[in-house]
Amino acid sequence: MTGLAEQAVPRLLRGVRTKFDGVRGIWVLLAPERTLKLDAVGAAILAETDGTRSFGEIVDRLAARYQAPRERIAADAGTFLASLIQRRMAEAE
Amino acid sequence: MNTQAQTTAARPVAVQPPMAMLAELTHRCPLACPYCSNPLELAAKASELSAADWARIFGQAAEIGVLQLHLSGGEPASRRDLEEIVASAHAVDLYTNLITSGVGLTERRLDALVTAGLEHIQLSLQGVDAATADRIGGYRGGFARKMQVAGWIGTRGIPLTLNAVMHRQNLDRLPETIEMAVEMGARRLEVATVQFHGWATLNRAALMPTRAQAREASRIVAEARERLSGVLVIDYVTADHHADYPKPCMGGWGSTGLNVTPDGRVMPCHAAHTIPGLDFPRAPETHLGEIWRDSAAFNAFRGFDWMQEPCRSCERKTRDFGGCRCQAMAFAGDARATDPVCIKSPLHARLQESAEADAAAEGVALVYREGPA
Ligand code: SF4
Ligand code: SF4
Repeated sequence: MTGLAEQAVPRLLRGVRTKFDGVRGIWVLLAPERTLKLDAVGAAILAETDGTRSFGEIVDRLAARYQAPRERIAADAGTFLASLIQRRMAEAE
Repeated sequence: MNTQAQTTAARPVAVQPPMAMLAELTHRCPLACPYCSNPLELAAKASELSAADWARIFGQAAEIGVLQLHLSGGEPASRRDLEEIVASAHAVDLYTNLITSGVGLTERRLDALVTAGLEHIQLSLQGVDAATADRIGGYRGGFARKMQVAGWIGTRGIPLTLNAVMHRQNLDRLPETIEMAVEMGARRLEVATVQFHGWATLNRAALMPTRAQAREASRIVAEARERLSGVLVIDYVTADHHADYPKPCMGGWGSTGLNVTPDGRVMPCHAAHTIPGLDFPRAPETHLGEIWRDSAAFNAFRGFDWMQEPCRSCERKTRDFGGCRCQAMAFAGDARATDPVCIKSPLHARLQESAEADAAAEGVALVYREGPA
């Protein structure tokens, strides 16, 4: 899987959550037996991933917020979320 | 030969905050697995830390940067105050994982644990059928109970990892083990080839996989990973006695994780007590941060200065940190030696020969783990 359909609604699975790690000063994604350090892009994508917004909406919001080309955001966010889905940390309906 | 791991020179190695902590809440367990990683000298019930002690330790852990907490044992469900312990970890926002055989859990306890903030369960598997599982676990009815608990976990949607310790007596059933994980709805499966620490050291001849089994297991895992991509994540711990390079034990000594024993001793890994000369301070009296940063035990093998040849000048040292210190101690009689699993170790050939001999042994009875006082 390399991306997500525009109308797909991604969400983190139960037992997977973001947290601001005050000791290291970074955002992390906590999942069963895994901790991912999030960069600014990853943290921004997950901040918009609330389980109700479609992938298309998420991309629109990120593109507006960061004033970046929509295709680039869609590619980055699609790859990132697809990798979480493949690793059983997220799902999309 | 220097067999002691004395740390006289204070070394300015940059210390990163720990990511994970394994809390051995008790060494009590209804099962008696012959490969149990608990020490041969088990902590007595009377010496166990109280829930209040654990709460203090969790607070200190969160303060110094621990993110993931693995509640282990023995069997953590053997503690009647497990729910309280989970709640105190949740209160300081640690990610809580329960490592259990399932025995001792009821539907009501599971609900209480989830309410207390439990986020994930790692269920151990001793075999794929009752006869095998109960024989390996040394506990009749254990398998039936585990299947029931797996069902309760599934109905509640609690994230589940299945942990299967594989050895010569069950490696041939790896495909069924993988199927079982899928059927249970587990998101993850750990195919953990037995590591020869703790009680497993008494069972080398009974449990050592053959080289052919180890190779076949790698093939099966690779095939299953591809077939089950997006369904089941498989973590695979290989049979290192048949390998050419060692594992990066603990991701490097004192670099990412710490272990706390039932009586509060804080160690860099669960087998660190097998290295003579290391002194493990006790939590919570001594603050976890002080132990992590300053204790001689945690600094003993930090960084690379402690290394000898061939590790010292090897380009792989930043990847595997010279392998396992406890295995070096056990086999070379020197905790600073190269892990004998490594092809560059002068002891590599001897380690492999002894593994072959153990793997060829026949009719060896299992030595079961005993219970603590
Ligand atoms: S390995 Fe077996 S005996 Fe040891 S704690 Fe786990 S279930 Fe109990
Ligand atoms: S010599 Fe040491 S550092 Fe190099 S591969 Fe072997 S164990 Fe690792």
